[in-house]
Amino acid sequence: MTAVTIERVVRETPDIYTLYFPAVAGARPGQYLMIWLPGVDEVPMSLSTIGDPSSITVRVVGDATRALSRLGKGDKVGLRGPFGNGYNIEGERPLLVGGGTGIASLAPLAEEMVAKGVKPTFLIGARSRDQLLFKDRLSRLLGPSLMVSTDDGSEGYHGYASNYAAELMAKTRFDHIYVCGPEIMAAKIWAEAERLGVPVQASLERLCKCAVGLCGSCAIGPYRVCRDGPVFDTARLREVAADFGRRRMDASGRMVRVDH
Amino acid sequence: MGSLTGKGLAVDLAGLKLRSPTLNASGVLGMSAPLLKRVYDSGAGAVVTKSLGPAGRPGHINPTVVEVDGGLLNAMGLPNPGVEGYLDELRELKREGVPVVASFFASTLEEFQSGAAALCDAGADALELNLSCPNVGGEPGMCAADAVSVERVTSAVKRVTTAPVLVKLSPNVTDIAGIAVAAERGGADAITAVNTLKAMAIDADFRRPVLANVTGGLSGPAIKSVALRCVWEIAEAVKIPIVGCGGVSNWRDAVEYMLAGASAVEVGTAVMDHGFEVYGKMNEGISEYLRENGFDSISEVVGLAHRK
Repeated sequence: MTAVTIERVVRETPDIYTLYFPAVAGARPGQYLMIWLPGVDEVPMSLSTIGDPSSITVRVVGDATRALSRLGKGDKVGLRGPFGNGYNIEGERPLLVGGGTGIASLAPLAEEMVAKGVKPTFLIGARSRDQLLFKDRLSRLLGPSLMVSTDDGSEGYHGYASNYAAELMAKTRFDHIYVCGPEIMAAKIWAEAERLGVPVQASLERLCKCAVGLCGSCAIGPYRVCRDGPVFDTARLREVAADFGRRRMDASGRMVRVDH
Repeated sequence: MGSLTGKGLAVDLAGLKLRSPTLNASGVLGMSAPLLKRVYDSGAGAVVTKSLGPAGRPGHINPTVVEVDGGLLNAMGLPNPGVEGYLDELRELKREGVPVVASFFASTLEEFQSGAAALCDAGADALELNLSCPNVGGEPGMCAADAVSVERVTSAVKRVTTAPVLVKLSPNVTDIAGIAVAAERGGADAITAVNTLKAMAIDADFRRPVLANVTGGLSGPAIKSVALRCVWEIAEAVKIPIVGCGGVSNWRDAVEYMLAGASAVEVGTAVMDHGFEVYGKMNEGISEYLRENGFDSISEVVGLAHRK
């Protein structure tokens, strides 16, 4: 456990905040940190910026994320990690699809791709215009290769990101798809990619307690999301197809339906 | 994996037939059947489930785990779906042909008995009584410090099942051999020694305990010498077999446990650094040790260090 001092907090949308802190050594796009708020909770958070400063991006959904959103410059949080496998850069014409805060883990991937000379198409989706994350950052990086969808049509494509992704995939022959976001969305995009025979890397989420691969609370099929994941490629997604987009374990280990 | 049929690795643990002497420790990878199947496919002789209670419970909030020098500190708080909620996982493991040790706990003798019966009906090959979780302060079933209760619970469970019953003991007691004798008197078929050592971590920057539960159980290499001493003392006091547990990270640790009196070992924290492969590698190392030293089976090694 390391204590880090928050350098800056940016309010990205009405309920999404980015917290910047000094560099986390050795991190790759798609990896996550365990963030400890003493007296509140410890939660897994994808790195939304790699390098110095590094950052996490948090939507307020419960006690821990609300407490995180209220932190300011000079406050300290505890940090373990980075953990997890992260994305592998593959393909020459990749499509990235991020839904909601799922955009956070893909943004540093897009930046690394561009640095390596690969220009991705990146579709960012949200419920509405004011919920779109990192639009300016990614627009500067990608120009017209940044696509936007909103469920309510307030900006860009009117409808679900999964539907727009399917349309884009029909028009352009992408050779690799990266997905992070609501699991129902990710599962739909994976199904479409399977139909077209395009390999996928999807970042999954399960209940993460220990983060070191021991407790088994994040199990999906024979894999641990915390250690074997969070990024699953096509071969592994096939192995966990009975669970992906369908069911997950709750805190007690009981199977419940994936509902978003 | 090639060593699964390696020389002399099979162990008969009080009627529980193991192809190899390595198992996962309860609480490690035991929440679901597919992960336990992967443990078995990695070379374990049998798998041990997460400790199951009479009702489901979510466990403690995070932090539930913190790494410390030489080991890991955890206070998961016994999250589990309850005995009934786990039976499908157990049946799935049995369909896959995996030998299963069902770890469980309860608060009353009746609950211990009904839990044991349900788990055996669903196919558990053996039971491991968890009387020794250090992280659920004050719960009546966690009675490993009280010889009379250990004997009473063990004999109650033995009355309702013919499956081998392992009793998992706590190192956080004055006289662990005395507790082991009580379990043996109650009819235990084997002893698992030991559960985690009660411990804590405090963060200097935040000036507070790290674990949400304040205290937790220490595991990993840091506790090996303590656990090895426990196995030694128990071996001197009882005739039933012992499963060693505590910081077993490689074949050498496993052999040392066997020399102290263990017939098999449970491996948990080592998965953090060595992955699932730890089971197969440990089996290979043990097999090679037997061959190089002219032993035909593990039983020839068990307790050898006690020779006068």
